[in-house]
Amino acid sequence: MSAGAGDAGDGGGLGRYVARRFVNAVPLILGVIVVNFVLIALAPGDPITHLIGEFPAPADYVERVRADYGLDRPLPERLVRYVGNVLRGDLGFSFANRLPVLDLLLQRLGRTLMLMLTTVVLASAVGLTLGVLAARRPHSLGDRAATGFALAGYAIPEFWFGQVLILVFAVWLGWLPAGGFRSVRIDYTGWAAVVDYARHMALPVAALSFRYLAITTRLTRASLLEVMNTQYIVAARARGLSERALLWRHALRAAALPVVTVIGYNFAFIVAGSALVETVFGWPGIGRLMYDSIFTRDYPVLLGILLLVSVTVIIVNLLTDIAYALLDPRVRY
Amino acid sequence: MPDAASAASGSATSAAAWKRFRRNRTGLLGLVLVVALALVALLAPFIAPHDPFRTSRTSFSPPLVTDGYLLGTDHLGRDVLSNVIWGARVSLLVGVAAALTATLIGVFIGSISGFFGGWFDELLMRITEFFQIIPRFVLALIVVAFFGSGLLNLILVIGILSWPQTARLVRSQYLSHKTLPYVDAGRALGMRSARLIFIEILPNVMAPVLVVASLDVAQAILLEASLGFFGLGDPNLTSWGGMLNTAQSYMQRAWWMSVFPGICISLAVLGFNLLGDGLTEAADPRMSMR
Repeated sequence: MSAGAGDAGDGGGLGRYVARRFVNAVPLILGVIVVNFVLIALAPGDPITHLIGEFPAPADYVERVRADYGLDRPLPERLVRYVGNVLRGDLGFSFANRLPVLDLLLQRLGRTLMLMLTTVVLASAVGLTLGVLAARRPHSLGDRAATGFALAGYAIPEFWFGQVLILVFAVWLGWLPAGGFRSVRIDYTGWAAVVDYARHMALPVAALSFRYLAITTRLTRASLLEVMNTQYIVAARARGLSERALLWRHALRAAALPVVTVIGYNFAFIVAGSALVETVFGWPGIGRLMYDSIFTRDYPVLLGILLLVSVTVIIVNLLTDIAYALLDPRVRY
Repeated sequence: MPDAASAASGSATSAAAWKRFRRNRTGLLGLVLVVALALVALLAPFIAPHDPFRTSRTSFSPPLVTDGYLLGTDHLGRDVLSNVIWGARVSLLVGVAAALTATLIGVFIGSISGFFGGWFDELLMRITEFFQIIPRFVLALIVVAFFGSGLLNLILVIGILSWPQTARLVRSQYLSHKTLPYVDAGRALGMRSARLIFIEILPNVMAPVLVVASLDVAQAILLEASLGFFGLGDPNLTSWGGMLNTAQSYMQRAWWMSVFPGICISLAVLGFNLLGDGLTEAADPRMSMR
């Protein structure tokens, strides 16, 4: 961490702030692990029945299995051991997939990140542009359209939007595949493979982007309108700078900051949206795994996903806070 | 719900707020959508043309093709329109009840946190932060998958995972209100903290709380629909999210099974969002977003 960059004049305030944020994240992560443990303890069904099977077993054998798995120990001791296991990366075993949960999650994570990162980049870029266009002429037709678009983005569930995209572009027009990760029957190589991936990604990314596009558009517009009325912009205008230079060089820099950070703070929603959209498009990522695990009652996988997602959200929030502090010279601690 | 009835109750400020609200066209549109949703939900038994669960031999009938099935039928020949109408009940009930739960928890935690301050406030805010950061959808999904997706479970889970925003808002309001002269006066009169918190201060901070509550309803409806789409709705009731889950298997054959429930979810969410925006402006014209 470039903590030394905190030349804010008040003696390493930024460094201390970053350190404090890190310390704050620790109890949050521990809290998440404890919630997971409580859920495991409360989960329906006796794990012993699960391990031995549904037939009558001799009592001493049941006791031995119970002891083997440490299930005869008191809860606090089991909690400490569970925390230890999690910190070592042992998240349990997926019986449905015959793989350790962590391996399974890492296998699927790449696909989900592919969707999410494309969405974040696309939504930020297009949203900023639309927001600027809307803010340039407040209350014009274009501005109204952008506002209406933002309202729709807040209201339309991304999984249903995904279904509508399938209906229009796959079922009716037949332009794009309705689901999957790549074409199964043909093995493409080189550019053809890239195009094939892109064709499969187009609809899921569009479905997932809609909401964030709406958020970034609305936020860019609002913060630009606010910034354009501040004194330094008024002063720059008085100095004779063109509106174009004002907008792109001065105002947007200030206005983009909340837009960039809102993506970080909305990360948990992007994960949820991704889970739903993956399910619609049969995209083999974490979200689809979650959907399948509900029906196979593969609880270790569900809990592993909760843990992975929670910790990621905490870290992304932490990084967003730090990024905000680094980017905005006005922030003081 | 904050509507004409509460605004007409007398005081000059609420009359002015209602006037501002009425002039706000998007807010009015929100109110219209919400009232329409409420009417459909209340009158479902009278306006639904069929029993939503009754199957018929005309499966996959497109809209307007078979007499008596305006929006078509699903894979079991059930009437899509009747299901959409009964689905309004689940959405509205879960949405409003969950938002109410969240508001009660949020107001309670936020008020005592802001009023008492100190380490107590610090502790409660840490807990609030935890609930704010934990991924709502994944946790709700797991809890409902473990403990059942009955209506009450859905309401409680969504409510319990949705209060932090209200708590933060209420806390900040109490932080500023507790230093105002009327609270000092109350203290000087020997009022207990409980009376100051819940009787003296609370009415003064309710306007922004109602705004957040309205937006909470929208979020709760979305979350309920998402869980329903994952197959985790109340198995004994018809819900919009559940309809979309079924529709997913028949995308190639029956677009109407997906399109109509989706439009309903979107309109319901839009209604409560617009109502919230309208209330924001009515409560405080300076907070206007437009």
